[in-house]
Amino acid sequence: MLIKTKKNHQLSEQQVTDESVYHSRRDLLKKLGYLGAGSLLAQSVSANAGALDFFNSEKAVLFQRQALKYVQASESSQILTPEAKVTSHNNFYEFGTNKGDPLENAQEFNVNPWQLSISGEVDKPFTLGYDDLFKRFPLEERIYRLRCVEAWSMVIPWVGFGLAELIKKAAPNSRAKYVAFETLYDPKQMPGQDSRRIGGGVEYPYVEGLRIDEAMNPLTFMSVGLYGKTLPAQNGAPIRLVVPWKYGFKSIKSIVGIKLVEHKPPTTWNRLADNEYGFYANVNPEVDHPRWSQASERRITTGGLFARNRIATLPFNGYGEEVSAMYKGMDLRKNY
Amino acid sequence: MQASVNTANKVSFKSVFLGNRVLLLKITIHMMAFLPLLALYLLAFTEQLGADPVEDVIHFTGIGAFNLLLISLLITPIAKKYRQGYLLQTRRLVGLYSFTYALFHLLNFLAFEVQFDLALFFDEIIDRPYITVGMAALIILLSLAVTSITAIRRKMGKKWQKLHNGVYLAVLLISLHFFWSVKSDIVEPLIYVAMAVFLLSLRKDKIKRWFKR
Repeated sequence: MLIKTKKNHQLSEQQVTDESVYHSRRDLLKKLGYLGAGSLLAQSVSANAGALDFFNSEKAVLFQRQALKYVQASESSQILTPEAKVTSHNNFYEFGTNKGDPLENAQEFNVNPWQLSISGEVDKPFTLGYDDLFKRFPLEERIYRLRCVEAWSMVIPWVGFGLAELIKKAAPNSRAKYVAFETLYDPKQMPGQDSRRIGGGVEYPYVEGLRIDEAMNPLTFMSVGLYGKTLPAQNGAPIRLVVPWKYGFKSIKSIVGIKLVEHKPPTTWNRLADNEYGFYANVNPEVDHPRWSQASERRITTGGLFARNRIATLPFNGYGEEVSAMYKGMDLRKNY
Repeated sequence: MQASVNTANKVSFKSVFLGNRVLLLKITIHMMAFLPLLALYLLAFTEQLGADPVEDVIHFTGIGAFNLLLISLLITPIAKKYRQGYLLQTRRLVGLYSFTYALFHLLNFLAFEVQFDLALFFDEIIDRPYITVGMAALIILLSLAVTSITAIRRKMGKKWQKLHNGVYLAVLLISLHFFWSVKSDIVEPLIYVAMAVFLLSLRKDKIKRWFKR
């Protein structure tokens, strides 16, 4: 007899937003006059765009998302964060430090052509072009909780492929102990890289890193889309990392370089403030950020200001079953 | 008969408003301080503030309180320099609006961020230095607001001025609160710190005198 046990991250079908609701959402929001999320304006260059043009007259909307072919997530659990919120509430300092800045400043970001190189301690280094990002690996959907270090969270249907598949193709050698990631450096397109004021005083390019076993974990995901379409620029187009048991800042966006290395690579937020942001950055309700508690979080879903959406934060963001073994014997208070 | 009424109590728009600079200024202050607050909550309640209205209302009211406090501290130097004494009559109103914004800032945190989890609320005030200093500043502003009632002011006599010099401490605490609260983008808080220090430096003689005594 086949006994199926559900993994923690597989949530039940009943909690998924109904497809008809999902598809009619945009119409509904328009009818309600919900113009707040600029994504609605930005993505549908319709009559509505006129109102926005007043503020950024020069900016044509170059960025068009494409529908993707992928295997849908069979099961999920929690109420998805509406697409308009996922695409209008972003920390992407290359396009500004306010949450709404990336949506506003990233619409001219050109992601095609794109080159992503996999190099370092590997036998078969290679480079992916823009089309390869979507064609080289079969795409699947993963519905993951995203927990920001700032104590808010979302539930997002990503589309992409496992990072392990990418790394295996490059045939890493025995010296490959860590994986270092790098975001595109292009100050002409990314105003935050050009100006300390816009970019929050971060040293660019943005870099991140994982231990090799973390990178090879089946949960670790390379996302090329969300909500069935390619990623919007503000969410890290054309390809980004998603590590669901770690704080959001580990999930580096708009990646151009993946390098397998022998020693622990530097990471941007660790360099900026090592007492606040460690290398591991595993979601841990027991270890507070110096300026706020990490014991609970606000789940951003459909509710507005009055949503009673403060929920307890789970160790490893609820993915402990799949990942905690990797940290056996480590003091996660020190290795935060 | 009718003509004499008109000449005796001539109540025209010009005599009430344009003739009264202070009243006109106060109406302007009400509009410039109250309307943005109203607009903020109207937008927030109708979900037009972006994906996370909680962060928006907290930031807007916090920065708004700081802006208004700095403006209130700018009034005296301007009135002295340009010999416009009537401006001093607007200080209390601007100060009270600064307190109002600060109070909403705290209430936003309590109601929308920690969502009335009182244990968490008090823990955060005690555990997080940046919130502790912000709370201290708010208590100072509260004490100034309460004692701004004319009858209380009269009763307090000389003590009133001593208490209200606390605004200089408040502005320093708020600067620190802002500076400590940001993740990495310190440019904006630094500009605010510079403005606060500048406004205090205009009063350096007064502040020196306290230390001499």
